[in-house]
Amino acid sequence: MATIVFPDHPSPVADAEALRKACQGWGTDEKAIISILGRRNAIQRKLIRQAYEDLYQEDLVKRFESELSGDFEKAVYRWILDPEDRDAVLLHVAIKKTPILDYRVIVEFSCIYSPEELLAIKRAYQIRYKHSLEEDLAQHTTGDLRKLLVGLVSIYRYKGEEINVKIANSEADKLHGAIKEKGFNDEEVIRIITTRSKAQLLATLNHYKDDHGSSITKHLRDDPSSDYLCALRTAVRCINDHHKYYEKVIRLALNKAGTDEDSLTRVVVTRAEKDLKEIKELFHKRNSIPLDHAVAKDTSGHYKAFLLTLLGKQD
Amino acid sequence: MGSFNKQNITEVSSMAASDELGSLTRAFSGLGVDENALITILGKWHPEQRQSFRKGSRDFFVEDERQFERWDDRHILQLRHEFLRLKDAIVLWTMHPWERDARLLKESLYKGPQYNVLVEIACTRSSEELLGARRAYHSLFDHSIEEDVAFHVHGPERKLLVGLLSSYRYEGPKVNAEVAKFEAKALSESASKKSLIEDEELVRILSTRSKPHLKAIYKHYKEISGNYLDEVLDTSLRYDVDEITKEAVTRVIVTRADADMKQIKEEYHNKYGVNLSKRIEDVANGNYRDFLLTLIARGD
Repeated sequence: MATIVFPDHPSPVADAEALRKACQGWGTDEKAIISILGRRNAIQRKLIRQAYEDLYQEDLVKRFESELSGDFEKAVYRWILDPEDRDAVLLHVAIKKTPILDYRVIVEFSCIYSPEELLAIKRAYQIRYKHSLEEDLAQHTTGDLRKLLVGLVSIYRYKGEEINVKIANSEADKLHGAIKEKGFNDEEVIRIITTRSKAQLLATLNHYKDDHGSSITKHLRDDPSSDYLCALRTAVRCINDHHKYYEKVIRLALNKAGTDEDSLTRVVVTRAEKDLKEIKELFHKRNSIPLDHAVAKDTSGHYKAFLLTLLGKQD
Repeated sequence: MGSFNKQNITEVSSMAASDELGSLTRAFSGLGVDENALITILGKWHPEQRQSFRKGSRDFFVEDERQFERWDDRHILQLRHEFLRLKDAIVLWTMHPWERDARLLKESLYKGPQYNVLVEIACTRSSEELLGARRAYHSLFDHSIEEDVAFHVHGPERKLLVGLLSSYRYEGPKVNAEVAKFEAKALSESASKKSLIEDEELVRILSTRSKPHLKAIYKHYKEISGNYLDEVLDTSLRYDVDEITKEAVTRVIVTRADADMKQIKEEYHNKYGVNLSKRIEDVANGNYRDFLLTLIARGD
């Protein structure tokens, strides 16, 4: 469930005017920006952006880029874009990261989003960058990591719930065999993980657990420096239980000496209108402290206020 | 006109008979059948004439040891294909393009797999058309084409085929000339390697780059990247090829009639010095021939 709280009958024009006022003159009224934008859903935000453009012949996004700064600006920028556009930007940023691309983002989006959602993101990516996501991703990766990531992103998975038990069994065996031989980059592993439908894959992973006593991720730990293995484990986690996966991402982001704001922002912004509530509950259960408290402890200023608003804080 | 005597009548009627024999043989040869010839000739022949046809026709009948002329089994099978050719073309033509491509993909997986058909469909359709075919495949077969191809193809071709079939290429005109040049060079270096088809860079470039980008790469190569479908048609519009090759005629013409048939006809004429329609008239028969000619004449 979504965590953000939004009014039933907002007025995009009134909101646009209020935001204009917040950006005029010396300094910026960040509180106003947070209390308006942080409480509007994607459609409402789009209407506000349109109203602002109509009223003031200026792109609200550009205005924010010049008025705001730091982690707060990054978060607001990601929040105000259309969701598919924002996800395209996040993917592009992840691909261009040095020295190595942030493959977690690629894996997350390709494994957690539905095939239709992923398609919408790919279209938005083509419009914004005049390249396909696949060609940029392929160009910036090599070897097994490339095969895995490009496969995850390109394959248009079947969406049905049907499960073939025979195949689930045989492919669970193939996975186990590949791992025993330490040939994790076995073509079959990549084939199974990237092409099977989610339902079929879950059945296979369950059979694996039933037959071999533990989840496949436990057996993929051999080489901590292997990005490919790490990406593979991430893929399995995202497919199995993405709430659990996101809880861990947030937990690690907050634990880090210095806080990984990029990851924290990404999870909060992309899930606030989807299932951040479930992730919050899981976080509380796992860490015995509400997510709001943990975020408040580790962040500061307008960035903190914005995140807390997206997490559902009422004023 | 000379005097009527029995000899002349026999001569005249035997000349007519050999003409009819020729027509009938032609009616059964090539692509499709000449329904009119079959009806007008066979329909009126008496038992003796049909017998003399059987005796005279070594292509279709064999002399059985028990003193009768037996139809060659292979030819009956072949006839079945020829009679069905129009039905297949009509059904394929009427289908939604997505369903058509999905069924063609499935069939080509069964029969072989026929890599050339998989590649043809993956590379000649636009991004949205290919996506549509993949959607239709989901509906028809409860699997993705990617998982079926990955499962059934085992050799080094697998990566390239799956890559081509799962592509969703950028369709804008923008091309980075520097990158195209660089990739052309990389490909020429790959060409010297042993297993080109497995080469990572080849697979990456062919399955992810946009078509304008690929054309730019080919230009650096000075390769002719024309419409190869004209070559497919040339190979399949023959008498002496197998059934699988013959099926390409229906497939190419039906699937491209609304797309780039004009270009295919031009390339065909340039390359082979004869009109595609003339070639079809020579090799195909009856209603099937007429249907093909109608399809390729659309938009003229």
